[in-house]
Amino acid sequence: MSELLKTYLLFAFVAFLIIITGVIQSWNAALFILNMGLISAVMSLGVNLQWGIAGLLNVGIMGFVALGGLATVLISMPPLTDAWAAGGPRIILGLGIGGITIACAILMFQKLPNTKWRFPVIAIFIVFGFVLYRSVLRPAVIAVEAVNPAAEGYLGGLGLPVIMAWPVGGLMAAGAAWIIGKTALGLRSDYLAIATLGISEIIIAILKNEDWMTRGVKNVVGIPRPVPYEIDLQANETFVERAASFGLDPTTASTLFVKIAYAGLFGLVLFILVWLSQRALNSPWGRMMRAIRDNEIAAQAMGKDIKARHLQIFILGSAVCGVAGAMMTTLDAQLTPGAYQPLRFTFLIWVMVIVGGSGNNLGAILGGFLVWFLWVQVEPIGYWLVDLITAPMDPESPVRLHLLDSVAQMRLLTMGLFLLLMLRFYPRGMIPEK
Amino acid sequence: MEILHALIVLSNFVIIPAIAYGSQLALGALGVTLVYGILRFSNFAHGDTMAFGTMIVILLTWWLQGIGISIAPLPTALIALPFAIFVTAILLLGTDRFVLRFYRNQKSAPVILLIVSLGIMFVYNGLVRFVIGVGDQRFSDGARFIISARDFKKITGLSEGLAIKTTQGITVITAVVIVAILFWFLNKTRTGKSMRAFSDNEDLALLSGINPERVVLYTWLIVAVLATIAGTLYGLDKSFKPFVYFQLLLPIFAAAIVGGLGNPLGAIAGGFVIAFSEVTVTYAWKKVLMYALPENLEPSGLTQLLATEYKFAVSFAILLIVLLFKPTGLFKGKAL
Amino acid sequence: MSEPFLVGEAMTGGYGNGPDILHDCTVAVEPGEIAVIVGPNGAGKSTAMKAIFGMLNLGSGNVKLNGEDISALTPQDRVLKGMGFVPQNQNIFTSMTVQENLEMGAFIRTDDFSGTMEQVFDLFPILLEKRNQSAGELSGGQRQQVAVGRALMTKPSVLMLDEPTAGVSPIVMDELFDRIIEVAKSGISILMVEQNARQALEIAHKGFVLVQGRNAYTGTGKDLLADKEVRKSFLGG
Repeated sequence: MSELLKTYLLFAFVAFLIIITGVIQSWNAALFILNMGLISAVMSLGVNLQWGIAGLLNVGIMGFVALGGLATVLISMPPLTDAWAAGGPRIILGLGIGGITIACAILMFQKLPNTKWRFPVIAIFIVFGFVLYRSVLRPAVIAVEAVNPAAEGYLGGLGLPVIMAWPVGGLMAAGAAWIIGKTALGLRSDYLAIATLGISEIIIAILKNEDWMTRGVKNVVGIPRPVPYEIDLQANETFVERAASFGLDPTTASTLFVKIAYAGLFGLVLFILVWLSQRALNSPWGRMMRAIRDNEIAAQAMGKDIKARHLQIFILGSAVCGVAGAMMTTLDAQLTPGAYQPLRFTFLIWVMVIVGGSGNNLGAILGGFLVWFLWVQVEPIGYWLVDLITAPMDPESPVRLHLLDSVAQMRLLTMGLFLLLMLRFYPRGMIPEK
Repeated sequence: MEILHALIVLSNFVIIPAIAYGSQLALGALGVTLVYGILRFSNFAHGDTMAFGTMIVILLTWWLQGIGISIAPLPTALIALPFAIFVTAILLLGTDRFVLRFYRNQKSAPVILLIVSLGIMFVYNGLVRFVIGVGDQRFSDGARFIISARDFKKITGLSEGLAIKTTQGITVITAVVIVAILFWFLNKTRTGKSMRAFSDNEDLALLSGINPERVVLYTWLIVAVLATIAGTLYGLDKSFKPFVYFQLLLPIFAAAIVGGLGNPLGAIAGGFVIAFSEVTVTYAWKKVLMYALPENLEPSGLTQLLATEYKFAVSFAILLIVLLFKPTGLFKGKAL
Repeated sequence: MSEPFLVGEAMTGGYGNGPDILHDCTVAVEPGEIAVIVGPNGAGKSTAMKAIFGMLNLGSGNVKLNGEDISALTPQDRVLKGMGFVPQNQNIFTSMTVQENLEMGAFIRTDDFSGTMEQVFDLFPILLEKRNQSAGELSGGQRQQVAVGRALMTKPSVLMLDEPTAGVSPIVMDELFDRIIEVAKSGISILMVEQNARQALEIAHKGFVLVQGRNAYTGTGKDLLADKEVRKSFLGG
């Protein structure tokens, strides 16, 4: 069958799966899958830009997503004036000192003559800068964290509409990508993989520890929303009447409405990003990128600056992941640094890209929905399966109990097997690149 | 006297732990570097291979403890090691046969093998979590200290004690023995030399009649030994938790890269560089400085450079620096 | 005329599924003699040798060693039958010592090969001197000696060399050729591909000039050197 028909059928199949979930389990569950599926699709798109088009292996997706989450907090949470008074400006000063130290160190490296004194001088300079930075920053941090630690204990944000956080998340991720790219691109793919893994671990460590910025593991809750609150909807008379005409009680209607509203927003973002990516892919720039991927040496001989192009794509792909991260934190309405587990997310996105079809944007999106659906449903289905298999056993048997307990771990196993099987038998994915 | 006290505190909290940790990292990095040099890909599943091997050791240890077998003062886990290595070897060989061999025959790009190793990592990880759960497991027994802080103070009459844990002693001794055997194997035996030849120049090795499947077999056997022992030593010394073994991937790879990927000597050196850096940067130097410096220079704060949670940031920073200035590593490694 | 010791007869074929590079090409070596394959760039000289060694697919033609048809054997199996091959590039283990390179050369042997190693050291005394040095540290000419020594460790009956003097200075080239003559004197047949046609033909018993994968001229080394056509086309007059 033609590629186009196959694509439509596959997407229809995914839609069918989601609808079935709605019918069998609940519409809320189905919409939850839809929303996270949309977000996963965006992340998958970002990774696909890097891998499918430029052949760059990014194992640190989680870090860029986390930066997007951070952006939501920094942009949309209200500023906490007490905390700011206690140490805000001093923190800014401290960070500034840190940044200047690094910038000067880099400048010194470039400008100083290449003698054996260069490194020691720079090293000593960095040590001084670090000591200064610490002595300025530390007291301010302690002061800020002491302000109402139970509920606050951090600086808050800028109090702007949360939607603005989404592009800002993308920018922050782009910035981090620029740093990593400058250092690790142009080296071998394994090195880039390790470097990205490292940066994501560091970003998440910062989120978990710098309480003055993110409340660390105490989490930031109550992040503002771009859509109405259920309670407000339930109190709104016109809404209640409309819901009744659909045969729905106010509570269910409000939850459904909120989820659908999110779906609309996410869908719009996804649509814009896909549209932009498709245009970029089919442009001369896109063709050049793929030419570079397919034959780097020839492209280099033609005078194309490989490193710069790779950097472009790496930044773009990471920015997309940052946007997705902001969207995800908005959906959760809270920032939980502890939930960013590289194992789960990074890996899962990779399965999505490979399953869907690397190199193909639509494939990445399909992969996003399909794999997310599987990920969510593997647990209940697995539970049902294990229940079935162990039914003849004594209900108190330790084996049965252990198996039932471990169903959650089955996910990882199943997904790993799934990835290996796809790589082996369908390496080009369900919707291969044209 | 003050300097002596400073040295003792330094040894107790920095030097001895760093040596133990460095030995564990070195064994882990050796496994990674061998696979890279001989099988020519970065094996991201190595951390979870260590977890698997350690898991088998733990299960066997519990069983042995349950039926009353012990070799006190040494930990019972040591008895379980050979069997666990055997099981791990079977797992690795099975994985190679059913997953990796396909890509090897196709001469797939190393990047593809890396992604495949990610898939393998998640299968191993899921397997370990499935069997033993995600929580902390302690399985060390036997004497806790070779010499405890209290005993030391009693013997020497000093006010600071130097403690050497049994697990630290075992780690260092085991690491030295294993490394010695490995280097003897690689440099003095025909099989070992054939593996080095294969790593050096695959085509010429094939031409010389070296059997590639044999080389692959021996590589995985050695990796099974290294990974299981490294994981067990780490688990005995600290504790076993599947997630931690995944996190160890970063310092282990950093160690291997810093030393020069593909170079066994480099892996060992790298292991210690990373270990010492991590420990020194996250240690609170207050006590040592209080002893070492004259009174008016004593610090008031903890003098800890970075919080302990940023341990991995140190490995990463060192890795970045090496990548920027000397990508082939301290000892010259392979170019892929 | 006796059956040649090694003959690749009427060989036609190419790499993989690609176009044929050799067309009905025949190359033969008599026992204990030196045969040389020369020709312009792209003539298929290395290809012909690789075909004899079994590294490409022959559409038609065969390869016989000592009367036995070995066309179906893999290169490793041909090594077991007594063929030695010295590739042009990457022909030593650079990270291993000279001695270890020789040991690896003898890998397929199950007997005591110390006698053979002594013979190789007699032939290439500089290798004895540098036996514990890393092969990658040696000069170009010395590395070629290691490469040839490695191939000799299996006590082959025929030694094949792919452009052994590529990239070495003229003095070193002369030395290498001297050694090759010594090897031939010990009873090993030599088949050699060479760019330095004149010098190679001077030491050759038999020469094969290939052009575009076909035999253009065949004869003794002396005859080819004297031949006006050959001189004009390949030897610069």
